[in-house]
Amino acid sequence: MSALSSPLGSGPEAAALEVPDAVLGKRRSLVRSLPPKAKIGAAILAVFVLIAIIGPWVAPFDPSATTTGQALPLGPTSSHILGTTATGQDVFSQLLVGTRSTVVLGLLTGLIATVLSVVVGTTAGFLGGLADEGLSLFANVFLVLPALPLLVVILGYLPHSGQLPTAIVLSALGWPWGARVIRAQTLSLRRRDYVAAAREVGEPTWRIIVFELLPNQIGLIAASFVGTVLYAILTAVALAFVGVADLSTWSYGTMLYWAQNGNAVQLGAWWWYVPPGVCTALLGTSLVLLNFGLDEFGNPRLRAAGRELRIGRRVWRPADPTPVVRDEGAAR
Amino acid sequence: MRFILRRLAFYVVAALFAITVNFAIPRVMPGNAVQVMLAKFPTLDASSLRALQAEFGAHAHGSIISQYFSYLGQLAHGNLGLSVGQYPSTVTSILASTLPWTLILVGTATLLSFALGTLLGIVAAWRRGGWLDRAMPAFTFLQATPYFFLALIVIQLFALDWRIFPFGQGYALGLTPGFNWPFISSAISHSVLPALTIILTAIGGWMLQMRNVMLTTISEDYILVAQAKGLSPRRIMFTYGARNAILPNIAGFALSLGFVVAGALVMEIVFSYPGIGLTLYNAVTSNDYPLLQGIFLVISLTVLLASLLADVVYVIADPRVRSGVEY
Repeated sequence: MSALSSPLGSGPEAAALEVPDAVLGKRRSLVRSLPPKAKIGAAILAVFVLIAIIGPWVAPFDPSATTTGQALPLGPTSSHILGTTATGQDVFSQLLVGTRSTVVLGLLTGLIATVLSVVVGTTAGFLGGLADEGLSLFANVFLVLPALPLLVVILGYLPHSGQLPTAIVLSALGWPWGARVIRAQTLSLRRRDYVAAAREVGEPTWRIIVFELLPNQIGLIAASFVGTVLYAILTAVALAFVGVADLSTWSYGTMLYWAQNGNAVQLGAWWWYVPPGVCTALLGTSLVLLNFGLDEFGNPRLRAAGRELRIGRRVWRPADPTPVVRDEGAAR
Repeated sequence: MRFILRRLAFYVVAALFAITVNFAIPRVMPGNAVQVMLAKFPTLDASSLRALQAEFGAHAHGSIISQYFSYLGQLAHGNLGLSVGQYPSTVTSILASTLPWTLILVGTATLLSFALGTLLGIVAAWRRGGWLDRAMPAFTFLQATPYFFLALIVIQLFALDWRIFPFGQGYALGLTPGFNWPFISSAISHSVLPALTIILTAIGGWMLQMRNVMLTTISEDYILVAQAKGLSPRRIMFTYGARNAILPNIAGFALSLGFVVAGALVMEIVFSYPGIGLTLYNAVTSNDYPLLQGIFLVISLTVLLASLLADVVYVIADPRVRSGVEY
């Protein structure tokens, strides 16, 4: 995460006045001065990414292998840490294996959607005029349309679709949020002097966009990426839960689908449906925390003022000027 | 007024887009939906088969343009075709019997969570660093929790372990839906748990946004002036702070409706609530494509209508938009 979030600390204004090298040189201190929320979020996310990488190799059982002859579903025991499903499949192994497809789908969708939103957002913001009107209208239409029913309809026609089609359809509906924010930022950036200077020097439009505008939006793009990954994971889990997914593979969503299908709640088999749900929620929380952190990094007013509230026995009332930043990493 | 008209034009475009998407999906998707339905429901008679083929563009005569206009014509008459899963009921009649359940439940729950979340956000920002402000991460966790998972937990606790509220279906068996007290009270007690899950998961978002905008607002000079004048804190908090900080929340309301509806659909499946989400689920599992598309269309148009209403509220709340002066 460090590489993604570090330039944000300088903020668009500051970055505009500085050579990138100075920002890069500050990377260490910037990372250290990340808000604690962002650190916690990044740490939880790192654990999930690690599980996604090694999960299928360390899973103690084949997640699809069934056993018979016992009272099923089996509660947690020493050999089945999280118990089994009604067909005797090991829940812990399903969780380890399922993390990969959930995380991969989220990151893949985040990647495609972010690229789309950056392209549309900067183009609309920079070109302005008719192109802006058209692209904004397009984005806004996508924003107000309810995504999940549309996804269900589209994926309903593509039965047993794999990861990639799902990711593509998810990104096709998930890009407008980022595009909106990036467009707004581009609008404000393109009036800056350094952009005018670049134009005077004769830089082509694409070069101005890629080398002058984009580096100053890295923080925003990172935040939009994180937000899209969150949307993708929650939506993909919901879709699988509804049964619109490849139900022969394991993910948090399909685990919940089979649990619901097997009446896990009515059987009181909490070990069957709680782990995938908690994992989804934890993964989601880590992303939300990360985004909070990125937000607070850019806007010091948002920081939880628990410490700032009493500085030397003085209690800050709401109307007092916001105490902005003490850690020198972000202060400057 | 100009603002409303512009928004109205936008929603007309969005509605047309939704209708066009609905028209295009069965025509551009690989595979033949009609064949799938035939395989699943071999009992369909010849006339309904023809109707299906016309609806899905298979073997239909005329250009794609004339197909589109005849589709629009059918739509204008409220004709969404026949459901193949619940043959021979029309899609329109199925929707008419399920939509009210969803509208009432989700509408009430959404408004409640919006009001509660906004109020909590105001308080959290006003007492920055207080216990409510510190509890924000807990609400974050709820927000990141999938609706239906929370629903499963709620069912386990409230319906199975403690038996406080019933779950499943919209009302107790043996009651006749209508305007009589046993039915209404049963419907209310059946809707408590579904509504609770919607409120719990949605409240965090409203709260966070309200808190963040409110924090910026209360550091404005006019708040300081109001305090210097000796106005009561409550008055400053609501009339000076919240009044000005609530605008992004109202604007966000229109945009978030799609997400709220999506969560509510899944929630209905968990609770077997007889609304449109459960119908969607049944349509998916039985490859009932006409019903599937009808549901998407109705949900889209409902969300667009609700967004338009939110825009009208925005105009009432923001005098700058009302007067049409650009700031």
